[in-house]
Amino acid sequence: MNQPLDIAAQEQAKIDKANLKAERFRRIKRNKLIYIMLLPGLLYFLIYKYIPMYGLIIAFQEYKPYQGIMGSEWVGFAHFERLFSEPDFWNIFANTLILFGLQLVIFFPIPIILSLMLNEVRIHMFKRTVQTLIYIPHFMSWVIVVSISYVMLTLDGGIVNELLQVFGFEPVNFLLNPDWFRPMYILQVIWREAGWGTIIFLAAMAAVDPQLYEAARMDGASRWRQMWHITLPSIRSVIIILLILKIGDVLELGFEHVYLLLNASNRDVAEIFDTYVYTTGLQQGQFSYSTAVGFFKGIVGLVMVMFANWLAKKAGEEGVY
Amino acid sequence: MVEDKSLGSRIFNYTNLIILAIIGLATVLPFVHVVASSFTTSAELAAKQFVLIPTDWSLAAYEYIFSTDTLLKSMMISIGVTVLGTIWSMLLSVLTAYALSRRNLDGRRLIMFFIIFTILFNGGMIPTFLVVQQTGLMNTLAALVIPVSINAFNMIILKTFFQNLPAGLEEAAKIDGCSDFGVLFRIVLPCSLPAIATISLFYAVTYWNTYMHAILYLNNADLWPVQVLLRQIVVLATGISYDGATYTDVPPPEQTVKMAVIVVATIPVLLVYPFLQKYFAKGALLGSIKE
Repeated sequence: MNQPLDIAAQEQAKIDKANLKAERFRRIKRNKLIYIMLLPGLLYFLIYKYIPMYGLIIAFQEYKPYQGIMGSEWVGFAHFERLFSEPDFWNIFANTLILFGLQLVIFFPIPIILSLMLNEVRIHMFKRTVQTLIYIPHFMSWVIVVSISYVMLTLDGGIVNELLQVFGFEPVNFLLNPDWFRPMYILQVIWREAGWGTIIFLAAMAAVDPQLYEAARMDGASRWRQMWHITLPSIRSVIIILLILKIGDVLELGFEHVYLLLNASNRDVAEIFDTYVYTTGLQQGQFSYSTAVGFFKGIVGLVMVMFANWLAKKAGEEGVY
Repeated sequence: MVEDKSLGSRIFNYTNLIILAIIGLATVLPFVHVVASSFTTSAELAAKQFVLIPTDWSLAAYEYIFSTDTLLKSMMISIGVTVLGTIWSMLLSVLTAYALSRRNLDGRRLIMFFIIFTILFNGGMIPTFLVVQQTGLMNTLAALVIPVSINAFNMIILKTFFQNLPAGLEEAAKIDGCSDFGVLFRIVLPCSLPAIATISLFYAVTYWNTYMHAILYLNNADLWPVQVLLRQIVVLATGISYDGATYTDVPPPEQTVKMAVIVVATIPVLLVYPFLQKYFAKGALLGSIKE
C-alpha cells in the first residue's frame, strides 16, 4: 500500500541530498579564500606535528639514518622490552612522578591562596603593584631563572651561602647536592609561575556576585568565613578545570628547566623522561630506543588527560576537551 | 557596599597587606640583587655580598662583556629571531584563527580536532628532530622559528576573540564589497588590538627565550642566541657540566660579569612588559576559560 509513497519519499530524499550537496559545494566555492587562508597553517601542523607522529614507527625499527624509515629493519617491541627491563627506566619513571607530585601538592594550591589574598585587598594601587611584581618572573626564560639561582647559590661567593655563614651555618653545595635538587626545582617553579597562575583565579573571583558577600556579612560571617563559604565555592569549577589541565600535563615537567639543573652528581634524582630521551637519542644516537621512550611517555600523557577529563565530567563539571 | 570596620577585619587587612608586600618583594629581590651587583665592582660585591643599591658604581662588567663582539652578535641573532619569528607566527596564526572563526566553514570541526589533537599528543623529540633535519633546517636560524610556527593555544585564543566580534561588522563590510582578506585586515584586525598585542607578546617572549631548540638544532656556535650564551657563561663556567667534566684550565668569569649577562638577557622582556601589561590579563583569560 505504502510503496508508491515510499518511493516518492525516497525520490524526494535523493533530491534533497543532491541539493544539499550542491549547496555545500557552492558554499565551499564561495569560501575559497578562507580555505586559502587555512592552507599555510594546516601545512605547518601536517609537516611538523603529524609527520613526526608517523615517524614514531621508528620505535619499532632499528632505525639507521642513511636507510630512512622505509629501509630500516623492523624489530617489533624489542625497544619497549628493553625499556621495561632497564632499572634506569624505573628510576626515571619514579623521578618524573615525584616531580609531578611536588607540582600537584605543593605548587598547585599556591596561586589559589595568593589570589584569595589579593582578592581581599581593597587598595587598588597596592593590588596592581603586587600583581605587576609577581607576574614578571613568568616572562623570564628557565635559563635566566636557573642562572639567577646559580649566582645566588654558588659556594664561591653566592649570597645564600654567605648569609648561612653569617648566621653560623655550614655552607651548602646546593647545586651539586642531590638532596637539594627537588626543593630547588619546586622553589623555582613557584617563583616563576605562582604569580602568573593567579590571573585566572582572580578573574573568576571578580565575577562573584557581591550580594552574596553582603548577605553573608548580614549573617555575621567573618572575612575568613566569607572566603571559605563564598569565594572558594564560587571558583570551584575553575579550580577543577585547572586541576585537570595539570594532571593532563603529568609528564610535561619542562625539559629545559630540568635539563638546566641536571648534572653528573644529581642525575639519580633529576633525570626525567625528556632529558633521558635527549641523552640516549641525540647524544648517544640511539634513535629508535629513545623514540620508544618518548612514545611511552606520550601515551601515558594522553591516557591521563582523558582520564582526568572523564573524572571531571563524572563530577558534574564541563571538562576541557 | 557597607564597609566592614570591625577590629578583626582591620587586623585581617593589615596582615594580608604585609604578607603580600613581603611576597612581592621576595619575587623581585633576587633580580634587583642581580641588577645592582652587575653595576658594582667585584670588590664591593665580595665585601658586602648583598647589594641592593651599589655605592661603588662601575660599568666594568658591561665593558668586559661587550669587549668582544660575541655577546653583541648573540643579541643581534636573538633580536632578529624574535622580530621575524613573531611576525611570521602572528601572520600564520591570524590567518588560521580567522578562517576557523567563521562558523559557516565546512569541515571546521574536523580541522579544529586536527589541531587540538596536536596539543594532546605529538611525535616527541626524536621524530620531530628527524623532520627538522629532513626539511633542511639544521644549523639555520629558521630552525628556531619554522618548527614552532603556530602555538595551538595562542591560535585558539585569537580564534575565540575573532568569534566574539559582532557578526554584523563583517556582513556590512562584505556588502560594501570587501573580500575575505579585506575583511580580515581592514575590519577584524583593527578591532582586535588587545588580542593581537597579547599574543604577539607571548610569541615574542617565547622567541626571545628560545633555548631548547637552539641546542637541538644548532651545532654552530656562531648562531647561538643569547640564552645559550648565557647558559654557557653562567652555568657551565661554574665548573659543573652536564657530563660531569670540570673546566679548570679557563678561569671562571667574575660574579659581576655573570650578573651583567643575566641582565642583558632579561632586559628586552622587561622593556616590553609594561606597555603590554594592560592587555595580557584580558587576552590570556579569553583563551583559557572558553574552549
